[in-house]
Amino acid sequence: MTQPANWSALTAVMRRDLMVVMRRRSDILNPLLFILIVVSLFPLAVGPGPDILGRIAAGVIWVAALLSALLGSERLFREDYLDGTLEQLTLQPQPLALLAFGKIAVHWLLSGLPLVILAPVCALLLKLPIAGWSTLLATLLVGTPILSAMTAIGAALTVSLGRGGALLSLLLLPLFIPLLIFASGAVEAALVGTAAWPQVLLLAGLSLLTLLLAPFAVAASIRVSVN
Amino acid sequence: MWRWLHPYAKPETVYHLLGRWLPWVTAGAVLILGGGLVWGLLFAPADYQQGDSYRIIFIHVPSAMFSMSIYVSLAVAAFIGRVWQLKMADWALAAIAPVGAVFTFIALFTGAVWGKPMWGTWWEWDARLTSQLILLFLYIGVLALYYAFSDNRTGAKAAGILAMVGVINIPIIRYSVEWWNTLHQGATLTVFERPPMANSMLFPLLTCILGFALLAAALIFQRMRTEILRQELRRPWVKNVLQVSPTTGEQR
Repeated sequence: MTQPANWSALTAVMRRDLMVVMRRRSDILNPLLFILIVVSLFPLAVGPGPDILGRIAAGVIWVAALLSALLGSERLFREDYLDGTLEQLTLQPQPLALLAFGKIAVHWLLSGLPLVILAPVCALLLKLPIAGWSTLLATLLVGTPILSAMTAIGAALTVSLGRGGALLSLLLLPLFIPLLIFASGAVEAALVGTAAWPQVLLLAGLSLLTLLLAPFAVAASIRVSVN
Repeated sequence: MWRWLHPYAKPETVYHLLGRWLPWVTAGAVLILGGGLVWGLLFAPADYQQGDSYRIIFIHVPSAMFSMSIYVSLAVAAFIGRVWQLKMADWALAAIAPVGAVFTFIALFTGAVWGKPMWGTWWEWDARLTSQLILLFLYIGVLALYYAFSDNRTGAKAAGILAMVGVINIPIIRYSVEWWNTLHQGATLTVFERPPMANSMLFPLLTCILGFALLAAALIFQRMRTEILRQELRRPWVKNVLQVSPTTGEQR
């Protein structure tokens, strides 16, 4: 298969996915609103004092991000599975992993990137000290691709189940724990004034590794599910 | 090599082979593990600092070691099932995962029991404890996925992919005590050096480790045989083994 054909297949998948979601924007907005609501629940629950809120802010934002990733995971493959698009994708001459990468990329563009843009608002709501802002944004920027990639693996594994929601969170949340540890560790380091970049770099490396390997796992999972 | 391996792709052969090994492995596990535990718990000397509570290592260390090795074997089985499409490797997931989950639980539980008098807390969010807890969740996830599908074959394949993805956690657990210098101590036993431990404690520990290995093997063999029977329930040879009449389904 020639290089241009692969490239045009990738862009075709991405353009199609973007178009599908753009025609139903609530799919993007709802997970973001979910994050905002979860974040605003915390001041009500633990009290609005800046000393408590500021310390838990980064963790709360990250946990909300994990949960919203699970929330939006259904739409990754479900409808494509139901209307047969997924089956057509497996029949393409182009490698399925490449097309899976396109789907992951679009998912990140529509859920990860808005999250990074929304994060300052959440940080403001939770009174995160200014010193931690840049680190929080950096961890979200390099960490959300991992969320999208891992979510895609889980969604592809459970797409044929129909009632995969609870199972999906059981599968994915344990795998997100290292991400959560590094991300909140980085922000914590920034808040106490030590260097946060080692943890951010570690996250970035983890992110690249995941993006490299996840498409193959997604492709394998899709083939299992479609059979 | 393939010609030699070929007969072992047949469930019936493997069932009988495991059946032949099982009594030996079980007897070895009972004898060695029983001996090691009695030696460690009753006859080994008490620690000068921790007193008798250090004796938990005779259970904690082997189960923690094998909770990780069993996961690796799970991932290897998943890999074999994925690459060479051997259905027996897929079934091995269902045989291996529960044993690994129980070993992980034993390691966590004994660690908590030891931690209460030593660290003053049942649970600490320490790197190794947390990653071991993730391991338990991974085992449960693999099992949940295995049994979630109405089609057994799909479930096994999906669980296999998850098992392979989860293998990234193993180095994190193994090196957690070195990367994050937290509460849990580093490894005492290493392959290349003589451990800093008195012989009177080391030998019972090594015996217990061998005993736990045999125990894991025995449990996995037995579960594998059951899984083979479960999957092949409609085959004539299974009906023969179970002494079931092929026409009415009643036991003879």
